[in-house]
Amino acid sequence: MKAVCWFGKTDVRVETVPDPKILNPHDAIVRVTLTAICGSDLHLYDGYIPTMMAGDILGHEFMGEVVELGSEVKNLKVGDRVIVPFPICCGRCWFCTNGLWSACDNTNPNAWMVEEMNGFSGAGLYGYSHLYGGYAGGQAELVRVPFADVNPLKIPESLPDEKVLFLTDIFPTGWFAADNCDIKPGDIVAVWGCGPVGLFAQKSAWMMGASRVIGIDRFPERLKLARDACKSETINYEQIEDVHDLLKTMTGGRGPDACIDAVGMEAHGHGAGAIYDRVKQAMRIELDRATVLRQVLYCCRKGGTVSIPGVYGGLIDKIPFGAAFAKGLTLKMGQAHVQRYIRDLLGRIERDEIDPSFLITHRVRLDDAPEMYRTFRDKEDGCIKVVMKP
Amino acid sequence: MSDPERWISVAGGAAITAFGLRRRSLGGLALSALGAAIVWRGASGHCHVYEALGVSSAPDDDGGHVSVRYGRGIRVERSITIGLPAPEVYSFFRNLENLPRFLSHLHSVTVIDAKRSHWVTKGPAGSKAAWDAEIINEAANELIAWRSVGNSQIDNAGSIHFKAAAGNRGTDVRVVLRYDPPAGKLGAAVTMLMGEDPDHQIREDLRSLKMLLETREIATTDGQSSGAPARSRFREALSHLVR
Repeated sequence: MKAVCWFGKTDVRVETVPDPKILNPHDAIVRVTLTAICGSDLHLYDGYIPTMMAGDILGHEFMGEVVELGSEVKNLKVGDRVIVPFPICCGRCWFCTNGLWSACDNTNPNAWMVEEMNGFSGAGLYGYSHLYGGYAGGQAELVRVPFADVNPLKIPESLPDEKVLFLTDIFPTGWFAADNCDIKPGDIVAVWGCGPVGLFAQKSAWMMGASRVIGIDRFPERLKLARDACKSETINYEQIEDVHDLLKTMTGGRGPDACIDAVGMEAHGHGAGAIYDRVKQAMRIELDRATVLRQVLYCCRKGGTVSIPGVYGGLIDKIPFGAAFAKGLTLKMGQAHVQRYIRDLLGRIERDEIDPSFLITHRVRLDDAPEMYRTFRDKEDGCIKVVMKP
Repeated sequence: MSDPERWISVAGGAAITAFGLRRRSLGGLALSALGAAIVWRGASGHCHVYEALGVSSAPDDDGGHVSVRYGRGIRVERSITIGLPAPEVYSFFRNLENLPRFLSHLHSVTVIDAKRSHWVTKGPAGSKAAWDAEIINEAANELIAWRSVGNSQIDNAGSIHFKAAAGNRGTDVRVVLRYDPPAGKLGAAVTMLMGEDPDHQIREDLRSLKMLLETREIATTDGQSSGAPARSRFREALSHLVR
């Protein structure tokens, strides 16, 4: 089969590789009908996630048709159309049964590596380095899906692929980010990053009853989508002096009730802090550029909530933790517990409350992946979301 | 610590530090930190790893059911929570022939009678070690303790304890293992650096037991698709890196 493989920093190729096989009794093989490049794939592309190996198959946003089932998968049949959440979860451990799916105990064969780094390990992930299990990803014609008895969600024939594909990651991730803000009527929610997760976080914040939503970015096409598709107010941080001052002015001096960092480790930013991070990141002394993390902690109102769906991977310097402490902030973060939300969100799509395909800008073939990774990374050609047909 | 061991620590640690720094990656940074720690260990004569493993020349007052002589061998203690009632975990483990299903370094266990069994392991570099073990203490659903008997190649003793976990989370399983490795303490310390770390092994084996009992399979990617021809497994790559 054909698959998108990682060979090194900014070196992604479409290769012919062996077809996947059933390795465990709860596995399934899925023929991919649509897959996407995620913003977090760019961290791999740019070489910021350790333990990638040449030849690793990328991709954690994919859907398709079941073509083969392991002996213990009883709830699916060959031919079923499914979306597959990006965290691989066992559905049986204490974490899965308590809704903390992405913290699953039983799916990362390399959990010890993450334990060395972080103390504990969460779920295995598709195509996201050997730290997270080294599972082959779904930017391919076929993919092996472990624990197919609990992870995939069957999709009604009436819904086209483009409307449901983003249930695999970015829609539930944005929803989780807003859910973490515990939004109450009258709340003002500010979202850093108007990429796919940021846009879904904005949509979700409205659906949860926010009274105002503010999107912050620097790319005009993303800000336009935030205004037009999400009905958010927007700030282009490159055109103003200071985000904190402006947010304060916009909110009667209070600051937003909740601030969402939908950017993560590769923040662009400007000013001294951003240059400091760039130098350290280039020298690999620091993995993360934390401009946005600093801003959300500084800008959030007293007693407010900071929610972080953006990915961070290591140690970070110069975090204004004193500000977080002084204001008594609540911090919530992590990989989304996708399986907790997808049934509810599928219902919302079926009832036409939201059509997640609004942010697709590029529809290409799998063969175009190397070019599209570059285009997406460089934000060229108005690129916001790339979907690929194998 | 003995003098030769201290010198080996200094030299080996310096080499690992240099190698780690050359790699200019997070893994390299971690390696260099490990190397620096080993240099310090050699220079100071104090080893945190030994301390953590309970290896010491002082007499041991643990008083457990051990066959390894006081003051000798390596002690490993680890625990894990398994989401099943203690009787189920206990009876799975008490059927000793189940053990090779999750103990990756164990080749086979053959039950001889109610107390005695024959164990064969896969040792480093394809070697094998074998011994007879006897159960020296057992309390249904709570405890099994064993020790090697006769002329065994690896003197060892261990116990596994089963206790209901707080908050209906299943069973806390705790393993205590003591053994005398073939080449003594220094041999084990070196072996550990080579990737045959007994503490790491116990953690991985307990994790496999948990996976097997909670999900009826052990998570793996061995045999999956990849774009790398004749690709070596990551752990093998990592052990080369440490060498």
